Amino acid sequence: MKMSPDFHWDTLARNTATRLKRGASHANGKVVAAENIAALLHAVIESGDRVCVEGNNQKHADFLASALSKMDANLVHDLHIIQSNLALASHLDVFERGVASRLDFCYSGDQGVRLARLIKAGKINVGAIHTYLELYGRYFMDLTPRVSLIAAQSADANGNLYTGPNTEDTPAVAEGTAFKNGIIIAQVNEIVDTVPRVDVPGDWVSYVVQAPKPHYIEPIFTRDPAQITETQILMAMMVIKGLYAPYQVTRLNHGIGFDTAAIELILPTYAESLGLRGKICNYMTVNPCPTLIPAIESGFVKGIHCAGSELGMEEYVRARPDVFFNGPDGSMRSNRVFCQIAGHYSDLFIGSTLQVDTQGNSSTATLNRITGFGGAPNFGSESRARRHVSYPWLKAGEESAQATGSTMPRGRKLVVQMVESFREKMSPTFTEKLDAWQLMEDLSLELPPVMVYGDDVTQIVTEEGIAHLHKCSNPQEREQAVRGVAGFTAVGLKRDQRAVDNLRDRGVIQRPEDIGVDVSLATRDLLAAKSMKDLVRWSGNLYQPPNRFRNW
Amino acid sequence: MQTLEFEVGPCANPDRSIGSGLVGVVGSGNLEVLFEPADLNDKVKFVIATSVHGFDETWHAVTRSCAERYRLANLVITINDAGATPAVVSLRLMQAVEEFRGGL
Repeated sequence: MKMSPDFHWDTLARNTATRLKRGASHANGKVVAAENIAALLHAVIESGDRVCVEGNNQKHADFLASALSKMDANLVHDLHIIQSNLALASHLDVFERGVASRLDFCYSGDQGVRLARLIKAGKINVGAIHTYLELYGRYFMDLTPRVSLIAAQSADANGNLYTGPNTEDTPAVAEGTAFKNGIIIAQVNEIVDTVPRVDVPGDWVSYVVQAPKPHYIEPIFTRDPAQITETQILMAMMVIKGLYAPYQVTRLNHGIGFDTAAIELILPTYAESLGLRGKICNYMTVNPCPTLIPAIESGFVKGIHCAGSELGMEEYVRARPDVFFNGPDGSMRSNRVFCQIAGHYSDLFIGSTLQVDTQGNSSTATLNRITGFGGAPNFGSESRARRHVSYPWLKAGEESAQATGSTMPRGRKLVVQMVESFREKMSPTFTEKLDAWQLMEDLSLELPPVMVYGDDVTQIVTEEGIAHLHKCSNPQEREQAVRGVAGFTAVGLKRDQRAVDNLRDRGVIQRPEDIGVDVSLATRDLLAAKSMKDLVRWSGNLYQPPNRFRNW
Repeated sequence: MQTLEFEVGPCANPDRSIGSGLVGVVGSGNLEVLFEPADLNDKVKFVIATSVHGFDETWHAVTRSCAERYRLANLVITINDAGATPAVVSLRLMQAVEEFRGGL
């Protein structure tokens, strides 16, 4: 039956119009003074609204997040917060103070312990924990924001926004909100006559406010080469000689820990000595990690698309427009969604994790703490919708099909977990059962929070060797392959030595000597840069590390 | 500080080319390894000084694995440990063997 002729098809637009009318008295056109922000939020936000507080890895709408958390809960309550990262205290204050009650998110990092406590106390009703792509996908289905509080570098009086290199999630948030008649309020570091580049068109933006302090940015992707260990260098050598070289990996995604930093720092030395320049690591999706500088400067890495930027790398990136995705204004534009998609469909993902079980499932969840997922599951999973071919993809697919007896030719993405058998304080990385199971019970989750599923993993690399899990034909073999590289952990000591020897004979397990890795070379002398100062030197003084990383 | 002392072997087919020497440093998370020849009837003696208690079994496993893999014999191997993980211990032992081979 057709809807009645009196039915309204534009309720959102009409409601938005009344909100903007209420807001008008607190703004001068689109520009709102910082001291009027509380009044504006009370005028345009209604109880029960879905609200996105932009919180990325780098830039945070911290001024607006704080203002939201201080709203009068008698007037506005039961907000449904739909945001990617919970990183600031104010992101949880908003629940503790009763302004918001429901939460859908991706990642919680430092707030993980407090988040778990608030959930147990019934202050937060969690819808789901997502990956970035899932949450942004839902912005365009059932979780469209009614109001989004976002952050940008600068704005003009018409609301045009320049994000600077940390564009990150802003395009996804802005589009999801603006095209469903939502309200966008942007906090900016400065209001200017003309923005250097329009990242968000002004007609999508309802209000702009210059925050009293520039938005908070955390240099979370900077790894000091001085802290890289010889064990990490040994593992990096195995990755280059045992994976990147034979699979001819040219397009890949690196995690952001010290393990992958070690790989980056021995490209100009070790990989160069193997004649691999131009043959591996040409295109990457990763933030502009400072440890990539020597690999870029020596001609290994030709192109990098970034999910976000990194403090101190702005001038270096600006000076390398052939490598990075820079706008007509010269500065980089990052984009988490595109970076995630590019990484998902690349040939290899390599990253680290906190716990791995005997089937290769891994998790960063630890007891009493909810960290969420972020982007790792999308990077670290088989891309089942992939159709274009490449050498590494076909090779991994063929090896996989041989193991399972599949007759349909198909490629496979390389998903590599790079871990030391023990982490600091002798806590074993390998475990019979992930803490994720306990966390599921404690927090009444419906699934254990697994970051990367074992059946998506093709290789585990430890100091003991490489286990090619995709070459295993059944769960028993897979278990022995994991135990066979688990070192002297309890999981490793429980190996069936005969089964492990057999896997080694078949090349399912490879020790350093099996792939010609000389362990005596695994010293810090192999690092192209051994300190932050070395990175600055490689960059021709373009890289400007934040003060906390300077010891000179 | 705790000292562990034990012997591994005898090795049936010893590699007699491994001599004496010192690798590593006693810094946090690291260790120092000293190889000294001795007549031990084709056994290896490990003397381990470590600040971390409760990992005797792990030490036995790591050192036995290295001794068997490299067919070590007639050596006193002294380890001064400052909280190294088994990964670092194994790596350091491997490096010592590589470095002291032919260094009689």
